[in-house]
Amino acid sequence: MATRNPKDIKYLTSQKMVKRPKKFCRFKKYNIRYIDYKETEFLLNFINEQGKILPRRLSGNSLKYQRKVGQAIKRARHLALLPYVTDLLK
Amino acid sequence: MNTHYETVIIFSPLLSDDEVKREVSKYTRMVTDGGAAILEERQWGLRQLAFLIEGKSNGIYFIMEFSGPGTLHQKLEVEFKRDENIMRWLTVKLDKDAIEYNDRRRKGLVGKKKDAAEEVKPNIASPVANLQPTA
Repeated sequence: MATRNPKDIKYLTSQKMVKRPKKFCRFKKYNIRYIDYKETEFLLNFINEQGKILPRRLSGNSLKYQRKVGQAIKRARHLALLPYVTDLLK
Repeated sequence: MNTHYETVIIFSPLLSDDEVKREVSKYTRMVTDGGAAILEERQWGLRQLAFLIEGKSNGIYFIMEFSGPGTLHQKLEVEFKRDENIMRWLTVKLDKDAIEYNDRRRKGLVGKKKDAAEEVKPNIASPVANLQPTA
């Protein structure tokens, strides 16, 4: 008779072994204090394909810099550097 | 106490080069006459707009940074509104971080990480080169 080792089976479904790397605020980490609204290529990191501003939940920005990013994107939109609405921006 | 400002103007693409120069000199003169010092002028030239403004898909961008009295931008705004050649403008007050950033950009320190990496490489390589003759 095969005895079951209690260590063999602990969970019915496999546990998630991959840990996501923790998000961080890039502005705090790299000590960036000013976000230029004229640098559209950099601001593209913070908007989705429709031109919407990404939430902090996804971008990982701290509140202070999320506000500044939003401000910069809105200024860029006013100057027609970024679109207000589109599809397939990236 | 002077305040730093940055103004971006989008001129109509229908203007000729001479007309753009005339417009630019008109506003730079207005800024200097208003008691402000112009720190930088930049011409981006004709650029594609992200969306149509007044039915036009292009615009001529002009950027100037100046430091002057806080009442000046109101006078400028009136002129911008009157001017039919201007499609859009934006005047931004710069805080101390922005001023520092613009200073660094003028010196060419911003967005040149590749160059910085190239500068580091010879420093790493040079000790090796120094070692080789001794070895």
